[in-house]
Amino acid sequence: MTLSLLQQQLINEWQKGFPLTSSPYAQLAKELGSSETEVLAALKELEQADILSRLGAVFDHKKAGASTLAALMVPEEDLEYVAAIVNKFEQVNHNYAREHDYNLWFVVTAADDFTLQRVLTRIEQLTGLEVLVLPMEKAFHIDLSFQIDFDSKQPLARVS
Amino acid sequence: MMQTPLSKSPEPLSPAALSISPVPAEIAPDGTSLTPEQQRELRAYLEQGLPLSPRPYQEIAARLNTCETEVIKQIRHWQQQNLIRRLGLVVKHRQLGYCANAMVVWDIKDQDINHIAGQLSARPEVSLCYQRPRRLPHWRYNLFCMIHGKDREAVLKQINLLTRELKLDHINKDVLFSYKAFKQQGARYSQRKQVDERA
Repeated sequence: MTLSLLQQQLINEWQKGFPLTSSPYAQLAKELGSSETEVLAALKELEQADILSRLGAVFDHKKAGASTLAALMVPEEDLEYVAAIVNKFEQVNHNYAREHDYNLWFVVTAADDFTLQRVLTRIEQLTGLEVLVLPMEKAFHIDLSFQIDFDSKQPLARVS
Repeated sequence: MMQTPLSKSPEPLSPAALSISPVPAEIAPDGTSLTPEQQRELRAYLEQGLPLSPRPYQEIAARLNTCETEVIKQIRHWQQQNLIRRLGLVVKHRQLGYCANAMVVWDIKDQDINHIAGQLSARPEVSLCYQRPRRLPHWRYNLFCMIHGKDREAVLKQINLLTRELKLDHINKDVLFSYKAFKQQGARYSQRKQVDERA
């Protein structure tokens, strides 16, 4: 899918600072020289193309609850099976295979430490694997928005 | 490291085995008039995404049985407390051609970590830079950086360049490229029935 200029602008300019007004999409439209209808249509299209995960809030992990990065060393042939177990927990919000002996990396975010610990224990019980628990000790840098380079000649979206 | 073989039970996991009931979290006291339950609900809506319709806050307010002003006031309050880091589009990098994502992990002497982390954080290609504990003997690395790029070669080139320019060649590091995303979604602190049903 080819992204319209409006969609590119929405992506690069509105990853933060979404207006807290009655008609926020109308305000975006005003600032982008578009209309509310067009903005909403553009966003819906991005969502359908699975480019827009959501238009919402990103909460501070430290302040909003308990969270940790965690990893498992999974025998290669069991990776899909173990990943599926980990995925079933709603407290798991990212889960990636990575190239390392520790090959399954996920983030667990819970309302509090107690729940976080219970999720980790349950994952150990269900997989029979020891979880490497790596909570954040200090954040030196967190990028608030990620600029997409739309000018390069490479195909943008790999959406069928 | 314990590596117990996996028991591949043919039975599917029961929902009960997977459900963790949360202890009600105390949400920071504040000057807004939403009840703790309404606050939890609102947080869940914000994590799930605003409705793509002309009056999103009004719509959420209606579902929470309150008014739009209170919803906006609460969100603003959370922003002031820095509980909300950002409000806006959350995009999937992969779908936009940013297919390579490397976690670069470093084994840095404790006394050097602030200095080196500061240098790494100043690089535009580093999107996250966190200190995490070592877990010896299994895990020796204490600094984690995330680097996204359009492809593997581009990311490796960036890593080599920053290692050279910051003179970090002597430090043990490892580069963990991701090769499959099993799950990628916004964090959900507030467990909500509706979220359960959607899972």
